Amino acid sequence: MNRGHRVLALSVLALAAVSACRKKPETTSTPVTPTPEPTCDQRCRDSISMAEKRRADSVAAAAAAAEAAARERALASTRATLAAAVYFEYDSDELSGDARSTLDAKLPILRANAGLRLRIAGNTDERGSDEYNLALGQRRAASVKRYLSDQGIDSGRMDIISYGEERPVVTESSEEGWRMNRRAEFEITAGGDALVAPR
Amino acid sequence: MPLLRRCALSLVAALAVLLSVAAPARGQDTTVAGVRIGLVYTPGTRPGVLVLPVGGVAGDSIRAILQRDFTYGDRINVIALEPSAIPPFGDGSSKPNYPLFTRLGAAAILEVTPTSFGIQVAVHNAGKGLVERTKAFPLPAGTLSANWRLALHDVADEIELWVTGVRGIAATRILYVSEGRVYQVDSDGANPTPLTGAATAMSPVWNPKATHIAYMTMGPAGQQIVIRESGGATRVLPTRNGLNMTPTFAPDGNTIVYAFGAESGTDLYATNAFGNEPARRITVGRGSDNTQPSFSPDGRRLAFTSGRVGHPEVYISDADGTNAELLTPYNFGDQSYRANPDWSPDGRLIAFEALIGGRMQIMSIGLRDRVIKRHTSEGVNEQPSWAPDARHVVFTSNRGGTRQLWVLDVESNTVRQLTRAPGGARFGAWSPPLGSR
Repeated sequence: MNRGHRVLALSVLALAAVSACRKKPETTSTPVTPTPEPTCDQRCRDSISMAEKRRADSVAAAAAAAEAAARERALASTRATLAAAVYFEYDSDELSGDARSTLDAKLPILRANAGLRLRIAGNTDERGSDEYNLALGQRRAASVKRYLSDQGIDSGRMDIISYGEERPVVTESSEEGWRMNRRAEFEITAGGDALVAPR
Repeated sequence: MPLLRRCALSLVAALAVLLSVAAPARGQDTTVAGVRIGLVYTPGTRPGVLVLPVGGVAGDSIRAILQRDFTYGDRINVIALEPSAIPPFGDGSSKPNYPLFTRLGAAAILEVTPTSFGIQVAVHNAGKGLVERTKAFPLPAGTLSANWRLALHDVADEIELWVTGVRGIAATRILYVSEGRVYQVDSDGANPTPLTGAATAMSPVWNPKATHIAYMTMGPAGQQIVIRESGGATRVLPTRNGLNMTPTFAPDGNTIVYAFGAESGTDLYATNAFGNEPARRITVGRGSDNTQPSFSPDGRRLAFTSGRVGHPEVYISDADGTNAELLTPYNFGDQSYRANPDWSPDGRLIAFEALIGGRMQIMSIGLRDRVIKRHTSEGVNEQPSWAPDARHVVFTSNRGGTRQLWVLDVESNTVRQLTRAPGGARFGAWSPPLGSR
């Protein structure tokens, strides 16, 4: 054989060896099984899944509690907004800008709770005639009801009543005391249990 | 003149006086008909009356009640002497010491004798030195009971008529509200008695015959008017739901006028007090407040409070609401507030309350001359109600600290406290005469 033939044979041999190295087919005689897990039997697996479930539950519970607390805060805020009184000038049933804002805040709640009914109570300060103040309190409550119904709330959902000067919140005979008594108050008469906060 | 002759003369004079005694006409049951006490009553003066001590178990009480009734009437000047200071007389064998009593200021001397049926009353004319009138008055059993007191007050009223020409007002009662309940009290402040159970009552009124009262009561759905008969049975006046308040009976006793408000102001309505007929509207307030109606004594006119010009004033109109006119004039821009009119039983005056210097005071205005007079100045004074004599007014005042009822004499502006209710008293309403006539 000459030199050329020897190189050719060596190359063929090398190629064959390389290709033989690359492919390494597994050839065992034992049957094929999946990769073995860390050593853990059924009981061990059950307690793991229980612990995981407990963890998941407590996470869910914490989330639910947080959600409930948020709902409660929203409900409390909703109730407070509903109950917020509006105030009047002396001998007047006109609604000031502040009064309108306070009333406007109630609108989304009333819209979100179709079953909600309110009683609006008109009050006065102690000055003036006791009986005439009953009529003034009635006008104040009617003024509030008219404003809310003008904003689209069904007037059938609102009752009005007057207490005149008979139910002061402050008994002090001063400008400040009188100012706090000249008010309309709001009471839920139906639908309070199912109250939801507006979105 | 020499001493001996002086003594002789006075002895003779004394004998003459003794011999000339005419026994007083006591013990007779017949009134000396048609003879009024011969006193000349001048308005503005008060005849002095001396009430002799009264015998019997209740004698002291009888004397005290009569004297107090005369004092409260403001038409008689009671010559109040301790019994020990009054020379005794009795048995028909002597007569009162007319000269002494005349010197003490008495124009009339009242002699009261208890009898088996009540009392026998004799009125002596001190100036003339004789009995001018006697009458027997029955009193019910139950000394010092409410009925007994009322009957004795009625006696005082009649004696006052004899002496002054004007009937007294002792036999009356006053309604009021304390701690939400309607009460009645005697004109002298005795026997405060609750008439209603615990509630929120306001504005009680009598009907003209004092057989019924009406008042407003507050409930969860609004206010209603209740009519209560003297026996206690009640009925609710059929009206619309809402603010029903300030009822008043017309002089005919059948019509009741009240204020009703719902969603656009308050107006006056009339209906039958004891039937069920549709209410007739009286005022058209167009959203203003019209309340506190009060009838003229002939039933033809109404006084009421209206806010139609922007603040409360007193108006008068025909009973059907026509011809309404402003009664209390005001200056534009003043902080004017007049309310709570009450028409006097003689038709001449309307009492009302008015804001003066930041506080309510009791005022009156003449219907003829429209002259306004002020009657109070201490504290806050409201809610006037006339007595049947058109001279006294019961009203609410806080001058003693809490609100209580006081009585005012509009001629002299003197006042006396009527109630001392622990929870305070408001809304006084003076009854018509309750005794026999």
